[in-house]
Amino acid sequence: MAEIPRGVLIIVLVLIAGIIDAVLFDPMDLPGSPPNLLLLVVAAIALVLGPVGGAVTGFFAGLAADVLPPADHLIGRYALVLCLAGYLVGLARDEARDSVFFALAAVAVAAAVATVLYGALGGILGDGRVDTHAILSGVPFSILYDVLLAPFVVPWVMSLARRAAPQVTRT
Amino acid sequence: MRDSRRTRLVLALLVLTAFTLITLDYRSRGGGFFGSIRRTAASVFGPVERAAADVVRPVRHAVQAVGSIGSNHKKVTDLQRQVSALQQQLRIQPYDTARVTELEQLLHVSAVGQYKLLYAQVIAVSATDGFEWTATIDAGSRDGLKENMTVLNGDGLVGRLKIVGTSTSTVLLAIDPEFNVGVRLPNNGMGVVSGHGHAAMSLMMLDPTARVKVGDGLVTQGSLDQTPFVWGVPVGSVISATNPLTGDVQTGSVQPFVDFRALDLVGVVVEPPRVDPRQALLAPPLPTITVTTTATVTATATVTASPAFSFTPSSSTSTSATGKPSTSRTPTPTPKPTSKPSVTPTSTVKPSVTPSVSPSPGKPSG
Repeated sequence: MAEIPRGVLIIVLVLIAGIIDAVLFDPMDLPGSPPNLLLLVVAAIALVLGPVGGAVTGFFAGLAADVLPPADHLIGRYALVLCLAGYLVGLARDEARDSVFFALAAVAVAAAVATVLYGALGGILGDGRVDTHAILSGVPFSILYDVLLAPFVVPWVMSLARRAAPQVTRT
Repeated sequence: MRDSRRTRLVLALLVLTAFTLITLDYRSRGGGFFGSIRRTAASVFGPVERAAADVVRPVRHAVQAVGSIGSNHKKVTDLQRQVSALQQQLRIQPYDTARVTELEQLLHVSAVGQYKLLYAQVIAVSATDGFEWTATIDAGSRDGLKENMTVLNGDGLVGRLKIVGTSTSTVLLAIDPEFNVGVRLPNNGMGVVSGHGHAAMSLMMLDPTARVKVGDGLVTQGSLDQTPFVWGVPVGSVISATNPLTGDVQTGSVQPFVDFRALDLVGVVVEPPRVDPRQALLAPPLPTITVTTTATVTATATVTASPAFSFTPSSSTSTSATGKPSTSRTPTPTPKPTSKPSVTPTSTVKPSVTPSVSPSPGKPSG
């Protein structure tokens, strides 16, 4: 397992997460914003790599989500959102190493930020489907779903990412 | 260390790139380079997503089912309600059919007997079993009912109105022990039928010379002013008869035509027929309409045709009107005192209300 380059692992994980989001969580029509598996993968990797790795991973993961088929928004919008989310979660890497609660809190913050930022960007860019009420009512749900889903996703992705680490610097 | 200048630089660069991408895409409006990127991504990831969707579909449905438990529950409740409503309709349907049959029979009674009926539903039957045979119907004084009106259904006499309330009335059933009704035999002999609960009704002839045979159908004689009994309503058929000595009154028992255990739809005679229907209603109404109509026609025809002499044998009337019952009673065990069954010279063809204990012109009563 240790032979797999981290970059390849991350790409594979991100694509799987993005596809699962697209075919499983988004169509479920749950109340509020749907669960965001991609965000959880980005957060987990950010918890391993720190802010820079989180931001880069988030950027490219968001870019992937921007072009994955059902996506119908400006390319770069989700890249910006996940980039910032990955950066924020990466900032909490050292604290989250000791406290599961802190890690979950970081995921919750990332979920809230992602939802609000994505919606706000839509508002700025003139996306008619976005309105303030929808954003604000969606935030609690996205936090709830992602925090509920995190214990099943984040530790697993983190351990994969750690084991796949060949020589990347731990700044 | 964790938020160094380098990390901020990286972040700033990424954010700037993202904004650049957004701006470029915004300006190209879905076309150009970004459009081709989208199309490429769609053609690459589309099939992957389709395959993945096939795999996760069961999961999705399961999760959806859990997620929409509330609305599913409501849906299930609605469907259950629908199912039970439909089942109820299905259960009711035979009753509706039976009801239609009853209505048709009542209509037949009304049409053949020329009664003007008010249809009513039996809503309760007396619970004091064995003491009191009454039923409640859902019509009362506001429907124009009065006490002592005749109640019948498609089979025959049900009873008479005893207590008339505003919207409901109590019917004294014909099988109540207090119930007596004057009946007329096919040969115009007369008797009184009394109720005995679920046991057979009893028949007592009024005229010592009148004789009755097993199988004879009895219709109401008709009371004075048609109250409480209008004429011509079928009561029952004789199931046994004594064989008394000459000069003694014959008695017997009668099986009512009406099934008093299954009373449902009844008619109250609000206006009696102007002309005695005689035995017209004893003819089985089922096979064809023509049979009954001919019976009625002949009956009325003879009444009008023989106004003068009251002792006409009027064999045509007797045979046609009583023809149906007489065919069904061929194997009569009684010693046939009145041979020549249906051609017996009847007395008083005219529809007189008076009991008129008839002179009985020389009937060779045995």
